[in-house]
Amino acid sequence: MAKLRGTGMAAVNYPTGMHLGGDPTMALVHATSSGSFVVTLSSVELGQGLKTVLAQIAAETLGVPLEAVVVDTGDTDTGPHCSGTGASRTTHRAGNAVIAAAKEARQEMLDVAAEMLEVSADDLVTDGKGNIHVKGVVEKSLPAAEVAAAGQFVYGKSISGRGIFLPPASKQDPETGESAPYSTQAHACTVVEVEVDTETGAVRVLSLKSVYEIGRQVNPELVKGQIVGGAWMGIGHALYETTAPYYPAIDHAPYDFLNYVIPGAAEMPEVQCEILEYPSETGPYGAKGVGEMVANAPIPAIVNAINNALDVCIGEIPVTPEVVLRALEEKARADGA
Amino acid sequence: MTAKILSLNVNGRDETILCDGLTTLQEVLRDQLGLLTSVKDGCTQGGCGSCSVLVDGELWLSCLAPVAALAGRAVMTLEGLKQSAGIAAIQQSFIDNSAAQCGFCTPGMILTVKALLDANPEPSHDEILEALSGNLCRCTGYLPIVEAVKDAAARLSGGADAARASEGREG
Ligand code: FES
Ligand code: FES
Repeated sequence: MAKLRGTGMAAVNYPTGMHLGGDPTMALVHATSSGSFVVTLSSVELGQGLKTVLAQIAAETLGVPLEAVVVDTGDTDTGPHCSGTGASRTTHRAGNAVIAAAKEARQEMLDVAAEMLEVSADDLVTDGKGNIHVKGVVEKSLPAAEVAAAGQFVYGKSISGRGIFLPPASKQDPETGESAPYSTQAHACTVVEVEVDTETGAVRVLSLKSVYEIGRQVNPELVKGQIVGGAWMGIGHALYETTAPYYPAIDHAPYDFLNYVIPGAAEMPEVQCEILEYPSETGPYGAKGVGEMVANAPIPAIVNAINNALDVCIGEIPVTPEVVLRALEEKARADGA
Repeated sequence: MTAKILSLNVNGRDETILCDGLTTLQEVLRDQLGLLTSVKDGCTQGGCGSCSVLVDGELWLSCLAPVAALAGRAVMTLEGLKQSAGIAAIQQSFIDNSAAQCGFCTPGMILTVKALLDANPEPSHDEILEALSGNLCRCTGYLPIVEAVKDAAARLSGGADAARASEGREG
């Protein structure tokens, strides 16, 4: 009986956005009389950082500080349509919709500022700190908040914008089968080291190292959060989590946190990641989608590492101690024969 | 089962509670006492740690605590502790280390860390893992939480040096 080590790797190409005829997301942007810019949509913040990312994108496009943007989202009764917060599509889809809406609102804001400063809107720039000024003449400047208020109270203009992102449906070529089914692809590769106890069948993940190519990172700290969380989810799926009965009777199925086992803090290995940023042509400021893919490559990488350690060929998940011990038994039989 | 009236100190206030023998502290905190919703309900059976509270300074799972047994004791939820210096340092460490995503586990985590650091101001790596073992997190992968605990321990016990170090990191 021994503790055997092995290394495994796996890679993933993750497509974002479906072009088969309808995957739209909409956004609206409007200035309030206090000078903040509200982004309204229906995509859901669930901890992944959607509101932060979309506020960054809106602020960048409007040319105002991040603090001036409020993201009001998550109510599908009243918000503009979103096709769903899933499939790693929201930064890409909602991000593009927010850019379109913010561009329209920005133009409206510059038109009002142009009237106030008696210049052409084409000569105006934003400084990203909350001011609008004449190109090259910083003194000829107005706070964006003042322009927002004047738009409503003096000029009768609604500083607002509408945005939707819906790429045209891609039809399959009947001859070749060719189509353009998605908007962009992100890539990753994960290398895992494991140690397997051949007496108990227990597997320990020692390290999990990945390279991610995900287009431009809108928010690197949130990207890291996704990757570390996804590594943990991958370990859960590879080694522990299943709703199937452990033995062939349905009442042995796990039904709660006490017997649906997930990894805890002590099961986490060292997690390292390198990021490559090859901007996507279709994504907002070059972004792709880094959501679901973070739990993809770790799973086969872990199974491959176990197979490498034991010289077996396990092809199922989760690789519970029982699965390990059965594979070892089978190998012993085959070796003996 | 007959209903019973008892008094309980919650977040520094004496409260009068109506309960029966099976009413849990979690039900009282969430439903009877003006929505103390930092007390989460992840499983109602002791499996997730999201309902953690402090009873006379000790960490309890409120979903497993029959409130009838707690007459006269002092219960603290995160709402009641949020002004204290210790909690502020732990919260700031969670923020600086991105140790919360959806936030569902976070109140229970913070109280667990508070109880740990009150009892053991300089915990080892393994002691931190042990302390967190009853708290599930579905989002972060735990590593940022472990870092936050180490950071909070340094802030709370390291004095000026640690404070300078953590200011340097923020800057
Ligand atoms: S709700 Fe109390 S431990 Fe889960
Ligand atoms: S942050 Fe979501 S469960 Fe911990």
